[in-house]
Amino acid sequence: MRPAPALAEGFPDLSGMRIAREPHWFRWISAALIVLVLAAIARAFANGQIEWSYVSRFLTAKVILEGIVNTMVMAVLAMTLGIVLGIVVAIMRLSPNPVLKTVAAGYTWLFRGTPLILQLLLWFNLALVFPTIGIPGLWSARAVDVMTPFLAALLGLGINQGAYTSEVMRAGMLSVDIGQYEAAQAIGMGRLRALRRIVLPQAMRVVIPPLGNEFIGMVKATSLASVIQYPELLHNAENIYYANSRVIELLIVAGLWYLLVVSILTPLQMLLERRFARGTLRLAR
Amino acid sequence: MTKPLVAIRSVSKSFGEFQALKSVSLDVWPGEVMCLIGASGSGKTTLLRCINQLAMIDSGGIWLDGELLGVREQGGKLHRLSEREIGRQRLKTGMVFQRFNLFPHKTALENITEGPTQVQGRKADEVRSEALDLLRRVGLAAKADSYPAQLSGGQQQRVAIARALAMKPMLMLFDEPTSALDPELVGEVLAVMKELAKSGMTMMVVTHELGFAREVADRVVYMDQGAIVEQGRASDVLGTPREERTKAFLSAVI
Repeated sequence: MRPAPALAEGFPDLSGMRIAREPHWFRWISAALIVLVLAAIARAFANGQIEWSYVSRFLTAKVILEGIVNTMVMAVLAMTLGIVLGIVVAIMRLSPNPVLKTVAAGYTWLFRGTPLILQLLLWFNLALVFPTIGIPGLWSARAVDVMTPFLAALLGLGINQGAYTSEVMRAGMLSVDIGQYEAAQAIGMGRLRALRRIVLPQAMRVVIPPLGNEFIGMVKATSLASVIQYPELLHNAENIYYANSRVIELLIVAGLWYLLVVSILTPLQMLLERRFARGTLRLAR
Repeated sequence: MTKPLVAIRSVSKSFGEFQALKSVSLDVWPGEVMCLIGASGSGKTTLLRCINQLAMIDSGGIWLDGELLGVREQGGKLHRLSEREIGRQRLKTGMVFQRFNLFPHKTALENITEGPTQVQGRKADEVRSEALDLLRRVGLAAKADSYPAQLSGGQQQRVAIARALAMKPMLMLFDEPTSALDPELVGEVLAVMKELAKSGMTMMVVTHELGFAREVADRVVYMDQGAIVEQGRASDVLGTPREERTKAFLSAVI
């Protein structure tokens, strides 16, 4: 055997050499092809039967701006309702109490199992079932007066969202190690305090990406409230084209606004994710 | 006449078919350091978790500081205590886990202050200065604002000990506190535990560190298959065991 420090012959020193750049021909060709296809599509739209002047004129029309404001107000309120319901239902679902568990599972089953548009129509037409609603002896009112398009949309969207959010929240809570519950119990915390102080803050880190998804879905789902006369973006755009017949132009206007809003939401989500990533090295890098 | 701090009488506990504890009885005296040894599945960790009520016993009784744990006797029957009452009883014990279980979204200092401020409702500034004292005591004064992920395993476990001490427990429970640590980090955690033992804290330690048991324990309890096989002074149980099962275990471990 050779003495240990001597190195074998035939393996040259490569330490001075660089790794060469590859030309990547295929990337250049595919990129060029995609640019061509996009240009062709753009040309087709430019020469198609679209009056672009209508698009730019109505993009900032008062009715459209009111519509986008109503859309955002509804999306935020309904999502808030959905998250509150979602957290409550997720906690019920993970509770040891069989009554709470069953109620929570039933809620998710019912509102996830029927189409959202059907639920909106049911809320809006509640007056057909209950002409007057109220608390016996305290307060009552005609259902048609109470169940405005706004309230019907809020209940329909929010309660439906709660069913989906509860599953997202449950996944988040299950992702937190059981040792965290035990450590919280060991310093004398009850179940709810342990959830609020220890488990939910850690679950948030996991649930924000899917919740961001859900919120983007909600922004667009508000357009369904157009069928119950809630004056959101799509509803207002439709009202304009019923008058001036510029259908495609106004649909493009609405589409551009939805795109803009969703584009703004994505970086907001990143900020939120960073806030809840405290203490984790993975996202701090 | 002094009374035992912990009195365990005929405690049994099963997980499904598996009987983890078979009618175990034991006293732990104030100021005593007790090491529980035995193979995995022998019931030593379960016994600890029953004292802290992370596991509920099936039968028998555990008294801590003279108070029956988890249940109340009324009209010849036992009634489970409410979650709030169990939480209050847990405050008398501090628990240190094998896997530390620090709260990852809170700094070392916040981990320690969480219980005293949130559960005991004590004043924040007073708790904070106590927590800093505790961090100094475990040798981590400089790490107050570090998150658990920025600490080594040994440092995390020392923070976990400080977190448990912050509740001012009368009894400290250690569940294999050094088993998840790299070998070079075991010593720093044991050093903190030795210091704690010297200060007069009553401790129950589930451990495989026989050297620690020999040096620090007032009593060593050997468990096997859910029962106490042999107990006594560390030098006796570890040095001249009487039972065959103890001898077999010790020769397998050393």
